[in-house]
Amino acid sequence: MSEKRVTFSKSGIAWLLVAPQLIITLLFFIWPASQALYQSLWQEDAFGINREFVGFDNFLKLFADPSYQHSFVVTIVFSAAVAGISMGFALLLACKTDKLMRGNQTYKTFLLWPYAIAPAVAGALWWFMFNPTIGLLAYAARGLGYDWNHFLNGEDALILVIIASAWKQISYNFLFFLAGLQSIPKSLIEAAAIDGASSNKRFWTIIFPLLSPTTFFLIVVNCVYAFFDTFAVIHSTTRGGPSQATQTLIYKVYKDGVEGNDWSGAGAQSVVLMIIVCLLTIIQFRFIERRVHY
Amino acid sequence: MIGIRFIRLIALIASMLCVVTMTAKAQTEIQFWHAMGGELGEKLTDFANRFNASQKEYKIVPVYKGNYTETMTAAIAAFRAKQQPHIVQVFEVGTATMMSAKGAIYPVYQLMADQEEPFDPKAYLGAVVGYYSDSKGNILSLPFNSSTPVVYYNKDAFRKAGLNPDQSPATWPELEAAAKKLQAAGYPCGFTSGWPSWIQLENFSALHDIPIATRANGFDGLDTVLQLNGALQVRHIAKLAEWQKSKIFDYGGRRSDSGPKFYSGECAIYMNSSSAYAAVKASVKFEFGVGMLPYWPDAIQTPKNSIIGGATLWVLNGYPKSDYKGVAKFFTYLSSPEIQTEWHQFSGYLPITTKAYELSRQQGFYDKNPGTDVPIKQLTRGTPNANSKGLRLGNFAQIRDVIEDEIEAVLAGKKTAKAALDDAVQRSNELLRQFERTNK
Repeated sequence: MSEKRVTFSKSGIAWLLVAPQLIITLLFFIWPASQALYQSLWQEDAFGINREFVGFDNFLKLFADPSYQHSFVVTIVFSAAVAGISMGFALLLACKTDKLMRGNQTYKTFLLWPYAIAPAVAGALWWFMFNPTIGLLAYAARGLGYDWNHFLNGEDALILVIIASAWKQISYNFLFFLAGLQSIPKSLIEAAAIDGASSNKRFWTIIFPLLSPTTFFLIVVNCVYAFFDTFAVIHSTTRGGPSQATQTLIYKVYKDGVEGNDWSGAGAQSVVLMIIVCLLTIIQFRFIERRVHY
Repeated sequence: MIGIRFIRLIALIASMLCVVTMTAKAQTEIQFWHAMGGELGEKLTDFANRFNASQKEYKIVPVYKGNYTETMTAAIAAFRAKQQPHIVQVFEVGTATMMSAKGAIYPVYQLMADQEEPFDPKAYLGAVVGYYSDSKGNILSLPFNSSTPVVYYNKDAFRKAGLNPDQSPATWPELEAAAKKLQAAGYPCGFTSGWPSWIQLENFSALHDIPIATRANGFDGLDTVLQLNGALQVRHIAKLAEWQKSKIFDYGGRRSDSGPKFYSGECAIYMNSSSAYAAVKASVKFEFGVGMLPYWPDAIQTPKNSIIGGATLWVLNGYPKSDYKGVAKFFTYLSSPEIQTEWHQFSGYLPITTKAYELSRQQGFYDKNPGTDVPIKQLTRGTPNANSKGLRLGNFAQIRDVIEDEIEAVLAGKKTAKAALDDAVQRSNELLRQFERTNK
């Protein structure tokens, strides 16, 4: 593929053109990140009146804290479940929609709607449906013999936020999978069918491997989503409880920083999260760039 | 053509703006950040408007900043950015943090003395004053909305179960027996509670005259240590977990999340703040009554007073002295018996001054609205001692979170009460040491 490169005779104009983006990046990314880094090295009271330099003490305290380790576990379980469920359902829906002749467009439109809903609204919707006193789904669960109470049972609460978060993300994954499926040459599938491969075998040996760049990309995107964008869902439903059962890393930052006014501890947690994102980004760039073919 | 019309329009708007800013400069604006939403916020704004209309020099600008936590965080962040308001409403849990911020706050007793406004600590209820004064008895923040927990009960359900509808169970054994009768009469659960730490541990300890923390519950020093894992507290939490199994008690979440359980008739008894009265009245379709919190008769014969919740108004430094005259005048206005009485009767918060309580009594308010004087009676019974004066612990918002985490673990059957409360105390003590270290 030929690469087009635009060159400027004077670097001044180039700087001017990237200036808006640079300013935004500086103001909204570099400045807060450096502030968090700086704050994580100090121990101070809420008002910032008394402060004491403690170096890496905050980080050491953090990793020794069982609540923080627990948040790590919760986040990993939560992300795996959200990514797995939403991608699984999205793939299933994409395969079925791909095969449809008629009604294709209608299904695509309806399946897109959850993505348009604000996370807090989605959380509130599912919260109502599962409310032990007035929720339809809680009522159904009790009919089946299960006493649903996500205020009391950590597992119920975790299931609630996983469902609410995964539901929203299905649309996004669905779109990408559908596009990925439609880029697979039909001739390959037809050839396999002529050779006698069953639909199941065709899927797992031809379609799924050819979808792998899309799948890999979506895994990373879903992980980032589950790590960060699910804050609104958790905040509008379980608020990290009960007993920290739904306290993901990002929610702990909010809890300690905004609710507890412990800016130093929250700063340290933000720095750790920032490092995790950097790692995820590096993985995405190194591996995906290599495996995408045009 | 468009050009000249546009220029004229701009000129008109600019001159109007000049006039507006000129008149605005004559009045000193006083920023008042609060956490009163809904009808409470409307009432507060009404008070501010009436104060503004009564004089021309100062204009109180009330701004709703979200719930208590959000309001306090906003004020702290604003202070760090040198954009703080004059007045901020902070909940009782933030008292220690505010008190330690010596450079940031302007103690109310000092403000009123400096501005020569009348201010008599004895006019306020003892329980309220005790909570918000320093070791010398000086009031640091203006008491405004204080509440205390009570028991709301479903009178219709009591009648159906053959219980006396005019009396809520006075002791925990009586409550257990009542709950069993209610369950036999078809109600799925006996009782539920909001604010688990505040009601079932902090107020529980005060009522039974046992300490919450050393150093007089934190009043006497920052080197305090939590003592919520005493024998009686462990026994009570274990009992709640036992009752959860048979649904004599059914947990419905923190704060007031368990309200729907009572409103829908699922649980016939509901323990929550006296300030929930308005919400309860608006949400239930049955007749309800108000009673005092129960106690364990084998642990204490005459239970002590309950402790307050709610919030006070703190004044922040950073403005010219002339501004604070307006703040002082507004505080005098808010503390007047008429305003306090109106606020108390509307909201369900307690009348903070004895004069307001008297006025409400004279007006026959408590006769017309049975149950509205129960919280005050519970708050003022007996004489408060070190165990029932309240508490003053740093980082208490986080500590409450920790305590409620552990209570939830016990109720879900994941930990024994002893292990959970021991863990709560250990985790909380770390937070207390952190607070002590940064505020020495």
